[in-house]
Amino acid sequence: MELPQTRDILEKLAKDIRIDLSDDTILVGIHTGGAWLAEELHRMLSLSTPLGMLDISFYRDDFERIGLHPEVKPSDIPFDVDGADILLVDDVLYTGRTVRAAINEIFDYGRPARIRLAVLVDRGGRELPIEARFTGIKLDLDENRMIDLLRNETGGLELRLRVGN
Amino acid sequence: MQRQINKNGELQHLLTIEGLPAAMLHHILDTAESFVSVTEREVKKVPLLRGKAIFNLFFEPSTRTRTTFEIAAKRLSADVINLNISASSQSKGETLLDTVNNLSAMHADMFIVRHAQSGAAHLIANHVAPEIHVINAGDGRHAHPTQALLDMYTIRHFKRDFHELRVAIIGDIMHSRVARSQIHALTTLGVPEVRVIAPKTLLPKGVEHLGVHPYHDMSKGLKDVDVLLMLRLQNERMQGALLPSAQEYFKYYGLTPEKLALAKPDAIVMHPGPMNRGIEIDSAVADGPQSVILPQVTFGIAVRMAVMSILAGS
Repeated sequence: MELPQTRDILEKLAKDIRIDLSDDTILVGIHTGGAWLAEELHRMLSLSTPLGMLDISFYRDDFERIGLHPEVKPSDIPFDVDGADILLVDDVLYTGRTVRAAINEIFDYGRPARIRLAVLVDRGGRELPIEARFTGIKLDLDENRMIDLLRNETGGLELRLRVGN
Repeated sequence: MQRQINKNGELQHLLTIEGLPAAMLHHILDTAESFVSVTEREVKKVPLLRGKAIFNLFFEPSTRTRTTFEIAAKRLSADVINLNISASSQSKGETLLDTVNNLSAMHADMFIVRHAQSGAAHLIANHVAPEIHVINAGDGRHAHPTQALLDMYTIRHFKRDFHELRVAIIGDIMHSRVARSQIHALTTLGVPEVRVIAPKTLLPKGVEHLGVHPYHDMSKGLKDVDVLLMLRLQNERMQGALLPSAQEYFKYYGLTPEKLALAKPDAIVMHPGPMNRGIEIDSAVADGPQSVILPQVTFGIAVRMAVMSILAGS
């Protein structure tokens, strides 16, 4: 399968978000790919609101099975969550478990007015009732296919499709 | 001898710093950094250890260490049971391992052990089922690994790089499990110069084999030091022949502003608590601008959260 240019997917996502953006919408990226994507969207949309970052390692539902993620990063929520209009950003939406964990973590900071979700890729395979409000591209991928977002030295984002788990 | 690291290379128990690789120490400190941000939030809790039962087994009295472990466990959503054993079953004749067996039968997931005998935590770690984890919260004169880790966290926070530091540990090195764990941690993390400063009677023979430089004179030992790790002088040492008097000790080894001025101007002062003001440390230093004694306490909770969650996930 041939992927469209990552840049084109990004442009489409940014365009969709722009239409529905309010003045006080705050982007919160999920570590790692989602944080890169949130940074990029923040730049593309010329936002002046703060940018948040979540590492959901402490909220994962598979801690019992696989333990603590070896590279936990501090979450950074530099704004008051109470009453905030949050746009949660992740690179790939798959089972929905990461988004579930992120929503739970946000509520430990306060009670937001609204949380919406933006993803670069929706690859199907949901295990929870979670859908994105903004989607760059929808792909129907087999279980054995993986899709990752990579960032090169110059900060450019690139989607990579591969086989494996 | 119980191996702390399991066959998958994960930390199964935390019994001593000795033998742990630098990468493992950094992993604990990095994880702690994420927990510091948790403890600054509105809700200072994460659901990581929900449903786990953590037993604080304190065979030796300690309010501060026990409390910080308790707070750490609660912030991870675990259930914490505090047992002050000196006051209960031990006085009724139950052995250490009987106590552990009973608590294991109550489905304990983790034991945090403080004991006056060196090796007590190792003994328990050797005895328990493989899914149970043990943290040494101080055993005799042997080790106090979480104290050393929170000290390392504090040093890293204020000084960033271990590789350019001169660190002095000052006080009763002889009887101190904290000093032993600090020495192992500092040398493992690559601190090029670790000094120990104490009167001859409080410095163990052969301490230089641990890779440290012994000093008996504060005016020499403190020169150009970046970090001062003060130790608590146990009052019971005063009664024996080891020290003439508290006044005498303070005169030569008590950290006053004048002595601190010998260290680098941006040197930081640390103390594991509880402090003996006017014996090992002057109040003007303890409450002064170079003291990071209270940040140590705050970081201690995050470091213990990191250790517990790494163990529970292994």
